[in-house]
Amino acid sequence: MSARERIAGNVASYVDDRTGAAAWMKKNLQKVFPDHWSFMLGEIALYSFVILLLSGTFLTFWFDPSMREVVYDGAYVPLQGVEMSAAYASALDISFEVRGGLLMRQIHHWAALIFMAAIVVHLMRVFFTGAFRKPREFNWILGIGLLTLGIVEGFLGYSLPDDLLSGTGIRIAHAIIQAVPVVGTFFAFLLFGGEFPGIAFIPRIYTVHILLLPGIFLALITVHLMLVWYQKHTQYPGPGRTEKNVVGYSLMPIYMAKAGGFFFIVFGVTAFLGAVASINPLWLYGPYTPGQVTAGSQPDWYMGWLDGLVRMAPPLEPVIFGYTLSLNILIPGLIIPGIIFTGMALYPFIEQWITGDKREHHILDRPRNAPNRTALGVMSLTFMLVALLNGGNDLIATAFDLSINQIMWFSRIGIIVLPPLAFIITKRLCLSLQRADRELVLHGRETGRLVMMPSGEFVEVHEPISPEKAWLLTQHEQNAPLELEESDSRGVRRPGLLKSKLRKRFAVAHAEQVPKPTMNDVREIEHH
Amino acid sequence: MSNEIELIKDPGLPEHKLRQSDVDPKAADRAERQVAILFGLSSLGTIVFIYSYLFIPVDRFVFIPLMGDQNLHQLLLGLGFAAALLFIGLGAVHWAKTLMPDHEVIAHRHELRSPDADREAFVKTAKDGAAAAGLGRRSLIKRSLGLSLGLVGLSPILFLGDLGPTPGNALRTTSWKAGSRLVTDPGDRPIRPEDLEIGAVAQTLPELAPGKDHHSLNDIAKDAVLLIRLRPEEFNLDAERLSWTYQGIIAFSKICSHMGCAVALYEQTTKHLLCPCHQSTFDVTRAAKVIFGPAARPLPQLAITVDAEGFLIAQAPFNEPVGPSFWERSA
Repeated sequence: MSARERIAGNVASYVDDRTGAAAWMKKNLQKVFPDHWSFMLGEIALYSFVILLLSGTFLTFWFDPSMREVVYDGAYVPLQGVEMSAAYASALDISFEVRGGLLMRQIHHWAALIFMAAIVVHLMRVFFTGAFRKPREFNWILGIGLLTLGIVEGFLGYSLPDDLLSGTGIRIAHAIIQAVPVVGTFFAFLLFGGEFPGIAFIPRIYTVHILLLPGIFLALITVHLMLVWYQKHTQYPGPGRTEKNVVGYSLMPIYMAKAGGFFFIVFGVTAFLGAVASINPLWLYGPYTPGQVTAGSQPDWYMGWLDGLVRMAPPLEPVIFGYTLSLNILIPGLIIPGIIFTGMALYPFIEQWITGDKREHHILDRPRNAPNRTALGVMSLTFMLVALLNGGNDLIATAFDLSINQIMWFSRIGIIVLPPLAFIITKRLCLSLQRADRELVLHGRETGRLVMMPSGEFVEVHEPISPEKAWLLTQHEQNAPLELEESDSRGVRRPGLLKSKLRKRFAVAHAEQVPKPTMNDVREIEHH
Repeated sequence: MSNEIELIKDPGLPEHKLRQSDVDPKAADRAERQVAILFGLSSLGTIVFIYSYLFIPVDRFVFIPLMGDQNLHQLLLGLGFAAALLFIGLGAVHWAKTLMPDHEVIAHRHELRSPDADREAFVKTAKDGAAAAGLGRRSLIKRSLGLSLGLVGLSPILFLGDLGPTPGNALRTTSWKAGSRLVTDPGDRPIRPEDLEIGAVAQTLPELAPGKDHHSLNDIAKDAVLLIRLRPEEFNLDAERLSWTYQGIIAFSKICSHMGCAVALYEQTTKHLLCPCHQSTFDVTRAAKVIFGPAARPLPQLAITVDAEGFLIAQAPFNEPVGPSFWERSA
């Protein structure tokens, strides 16, 4: 036994003597994870979160979350002598006087953008492959919670430096709070400690940003990962993969090396961006004052859709029984986001209600094999994309020499017309892809080789595809729509008929498929 | 041919393919060297990082093509740090991919639900526990506990009550009073009509109250006023609003009636004010009527005139709350 093995053995027995965890450790070190590039998206989010904790801790050592007025006398000459909050002054000090401070600030901001992007793309992967189905509905909801909190956390984070741009964002958040019926004004006064802007909100959102939300994040992420671990990861369909197994590599050593290495890669890339790509150059904006604004003011990308919705809202502000209802703020600022996030959280249950499918699913869907779900996803993304584009309408107008009014009208109409269009097109595309799969299984692959028949006719040679590929293209289930009885055995109509009719229509739409080829079809073709 | 539908069969896990490093010891040695080189590059990155931290001053700038002037300290510090991290990652992944065993492993997956017996036992335990506590029978305990928990649940609301004052009249008042002089922002200089040429715009605030030496942000958030001078015949106002102008000078609250941003963009040719946040557009000639965008109300107009010394003053305070809407705004 080498010295190294002896040490490893000693460590293992030391741990086991005190925890009795040997069996558990053995089992979990050999835990099998399936391999696919898209499974790294969630990893990127996780690693970005760690980077955020590390870089954020660094920033707290110098950042002064106070709205006390100071006269700046730091290294950045253009702002010397300007009155500003201590928060903004300390953000300038971090950028210009702390060694590595600007780098760390930029790493922190880039990591936040990557964190949100990774969450969104991870969510898209989970949605389009049906990974949210039973037994993973809880984890889906946790994910939606993390996404929502991530948006809030990011917004609070970039609001902390108290520059002109971020203050404008806070101004808008304040207006949304104030627009809430009945309690809005009271709420705004409580949160801001009085009138806007006051001197309380920076220290308050600082506590929320560095303590409260990160704590909740840690808890939610831990549960999210524990569930992934316990329920075992989903896998893509393929030869040898079933609902009853997991095909992949073991945690020790493959995934320890790969995932550990990947953390360093994500950190390295974020650091590279922080080094070369300037982000949020807050010294250019100046300190916040409510009487000024930067032209072309933009939120970070994950807030852009919200801003875009607010921009395109119609000017509705009815006064009802003497009270003002700011629908132009409430609809885009609270109601639509509420519907979007609630709808997302409930989707697994809605789909279950439509299909009536209560079984566990561990093999992922190919998006084309769930045309209705895929179309719904693309429809929602189209909605968000139009909103996001409208959030940058001023920049688009400047860049492409268009008028803001044209873009706004395009968005107002587009946000109603384009999503349903996207649904129809996507669904047809999915069914076409299914048809193409069917052709491939039945007639093989086009080789591009042309052969002249004795009759003088030219035909293209088709080559049969491999059994593995044929399995991949046909392994999915195709279930008939849920059968619903409209009346019971004695002919009495069941209550809730409208609901069940609706359910039936959804079920039929959801089950629309191109029949997948079977051996019978293959043999029949061979016959000819 | 039978009528039963026969599905295409699962051919099973494909045969394992050996990598070059599995069959050729030379390839394996080569892979080892590559991993070592990657880790070595990481160490180089750390050296660059340490060197930049210690020896490059924070205020050294260099010109780099495409990137413009760059702070050399931050740049090299960042590049060194990035390389140090990135190459550790690349090395580890390369190691895993070329040298660690890559045999696919199959683990079994069991349905998550417990055997029926366990589930029944679980339900029974829960029921027995509840029965033992007697919650079902002793409804007095249940109700009084519910009441006390509900009441104590209210305490956070009280605890947080001192976060801020109640709104009172604050949203309806500004510092503007009848006779307040309009002063420049920044500068606090009073303004005469002749200071403004036709087409000019000025940002103003009310003159400071005695004893105050600067405008607080809370005041600016309500007091900011834009002065715009047009030719008097360009106005399209009713008689009252026209009497609020002075020699073609008209004054509006600068705080957007939509969400409170500063309405900072004035287009001289069209005489439109535009809020850069959500593009609400206001027509100056028609008392800041909304002509585009999400704002529902015109910007409040401040009635102005001149005092005996010829300086612009407010005739009266704003006659409506400035800034974004709120529930009890019109109450």
